[in-house]
Amino acid sequence: MSDAKGRVLVVDDDLALAEMLGIVLRAEGFEPLFCSDGAKALTAFRESKPDLVLLDLMLPGRDGIDVCRSIRAESGVPIVMLTAKTDTVDIVLGLESGADDYVVKPFKPKELVARVRTRLRSTAPVGQENLTIGDLAIDVAGHSVKRDGVAISLTPLEFDLLAALARKPWQVFTREILLQEVWGYRHAADTRLVNVHVQRLRSKIEHDPELPQIVVTVRGVGYKAGPS
Amino acid sequence: MTAATLSAWWQRVATTLGRPLRWWRRSVSLRVVATTMVFSVLVVGLIGVLLLQRINSGLLDAKTRSSIVEATAGVTEAQRLLDAADTGPNTPAVGTLVDSVIGVLAQRAGSPGLFDLVLLASPPKRGDTPERTTNASESSVPAELRAAVQKDQRQSWTYTEIRYADGTTAPGLAVGAPITVPGTGPYELYYLFPLTQEQATLDLVQRTVLFVGLLLVLMLAGIAYVVTRQVVSPVRLAARTAEKFSAGQLTERMRVRGEDDLAKLATSFNGMASNLQTQITRLEQLSRVQQRFVSDVSHELRTPLTTVRMAADLLYESREEFDPATARSAELLQNQLDRFESLLADLLEISRFDAGAAVLDADPVDLRVLVERAVEAAAPLAERKGTLVRVITPDTLCLVEADARRVDRVLRNLVVNAIEHGEGRPVDVTVAAAEGAVAVCVRDHGVGLKPGESSLVFNRFWRADPARARTTGGTGLGLSIALEDVRLHGGWLQAWGAPGDGANFRLTLPEKAYGPMTHSPLPLEPEDAGPRVQSTTTQPYRAPRRDGVSR
Repeated sequence: MSDAKGRVLVVDDDLALAEMLGIVLRAEGFEPLFCSDGAKALTAFRESKPDLVLLDLMLPGRDGIDVCRSIRAESGVPIVMLTAKTDTVDIVLGLESGADDYVVKPFKPKELVARVRTRLRSTAPVGQENLTIGDLAIDVAGHSVKRDGVAISLTPLEFDLLAALARKPWQVFTREILLQEVWGYRHAADTRLVNVHVQRLRSKIEHDPELPQIVVTVRGVGYKAGPS
Repeated sequence: MTAATLSAWWQRVATTLGRPLRWWRRSVSLRVVATTMVFSVLVVGLIGVLLLQRINSGLLDAKTRSSIVEATAGVTEAQRLLDAADTGPNTPAVGTLVDSVIGVLAQRAGSPGLFDLVLLASPPKRGDTPERTTNASESSVPAELRAAVQKDQRQSWTYTEIRYADGTTAPGLAVGAPITVPGTGPYELYYLFPLTQEQATLDLVQRTVLFVGLLLVLMLAGIAYVVTRQVVSPVRLAARTAEKFSAGQLTERMRVRGEDDLAKLATSFNGMASNLQTQITRLEQLSRVQQRFVSDVSHELRTPLTTVRMAADLLYESREEFDPATARSAELLQNQLDRFESLLADLLEISRFDAGAAVLDADPVDLRVLVERAVEAAAPLAERKGTLVRVITPDTLCLVEADARRVDRVLRNLVVNAIEHGEGRPVDVTVAAAEGAVAVCVRDHGVGLKPGESSLVFNRFWRADPARARTTGGTGLGLSIALEDVRLHGGWLQAWGAPGDGANFRLTLPEKAYGPMTHSPLPLEPEDAGPRVQSTTTQPYRAPRRDGVSR
């Protein structure tokens, strides 16, 4: 493992858990930063410019969902939320507010580290690669998506999702395969992750998100790239 | 008529009658109006008949009386004339005599013909017996009247039909009396009084009574309709309001107008609705509080548990650096934390079901895929136990509208249970689809279930053998949760078992969540079950539909 793998901002009001998270992250070579108050989270984020945010959804001062939204509004930095709620509404709400992935308490350290790693890994460039999907041009190395020369801002996760679909336009991706390729889950996980992020992606790239042309739903199977 | 045509005919009659009959059964106003009409027809008919009879007899009585007076006077006058003419040898010829008498009497009738006269000679036949009539034919006099007059030799009367010379007829009154014509003997003089006038009056009265009666019946029906409407409309309104209320519009109320019984109905209805609304709102509130509590407890417990978990993991990872006792402690801590975690998760899941907070997140899934996945997930356990898990699936798609997460959980539970209780013998997992339902059977050949146990297995914390409780894993809540998961889909989860012959758990899901399902595509009692073993099965259970099913 190389050092300085990344700076992780831990936003959690439970000091014991935050400290424990720090121990685990440090052991894995990450540099943990802490913030225990939702109201101060955004400031802490702006000052520390972390590579990833671990965000507890229940926070004093300011709701985690709210914090998530504000961070997402100004940055595409990966956000992994920590939640004690397993109800669909809570998880979907968290994902819709901009979280890339989530870990349900109680989690094992390995599980958390795996999630953090996957989210930090995705930025590794693989040389020059240009893809097109619909009327969008994707520059994988430059991490940019353009329509008619105008750049569209996507989070790294949304970019990965779009690139995965664009690389194999002939293939229909099941939600499970997307979870594997984009989120790095080796076992079947929560397909809601895929549904919510496809919605978010569509709202950014589609002309009409109600009638998607670029990321097309294949009923009962999954998604595929729309015809160019 | 053959039975077939008879039944076809009956069918036609039934369909023709069906609609009005249904209308009859369902409409209070129709019944009231019809009943009112029937009774008013009877009453009006009775009154009409009585009225007509009274008028009839009144009219005729008067006429009869005046006619008899007239006839009596006429007969007396005629006899007087005849007697006066009896002057012995100078008596005029009978014919002339008769003519003059008739002439005198006819004059009394006046020009429009108040009556007609018939003068007939009484039998026996004699020589010169001229008979006279005025305008009417002598056949107008009924034979019975003649007989009575001849027999009693006094005035007699009866109703008759007067036949005129010009062929017309009219109802009339015949009054006859014997007279003696000098020179020839007994005669009968008949007065025929036409009753045309009275008949016309009676006809008019009859028509009037009929018309008025009909009008009365119709008006009564109309009144009945209006009156019932006054009662029925609020009742219908109440029914509509109640329907809306039961459909969930809890704010629906009836309008209260006036202070009558119907207003009282509306007031009571509204009172009931308010009470129900309060109760329902309170229960909803309670359910929300409960959910909230579960959610809070969940969070409050999970956060420290996460820290403990991570710390334990860290210790476990570095247990080789510890002395044996501490290392073993770290292991025990790790294992029991796993158990604690699954217990907590199961408890929270159960309380979510109890609070009615479980939501079905249904999507079309191929059940075969879920089965393969569950079997795959259980493969390490199967290997450890040396159990062969055989999967039998059809080649066709087994699509069901289901919550994949929940069905996956159910299947894993069934497969793991089968392996754990299968005593190393093969476990068969069969999938089949037919007639709107898809079923999965998980069959083991272990110790099986004792009679009566097949329904107990779904009880919370129930264990087949208390002594084994600590050796096998699991929280004791797995099957209870599985049953709730299946109920949430409107499906069935049933168990069959026989001692020494293993157990069979059958999951049946409707193709569409809450779709109709009559029977499972797979038998609950496996075909390879021993012939004489006593088997125990549970009844299919259909959960009442819960609200909050999201598609």
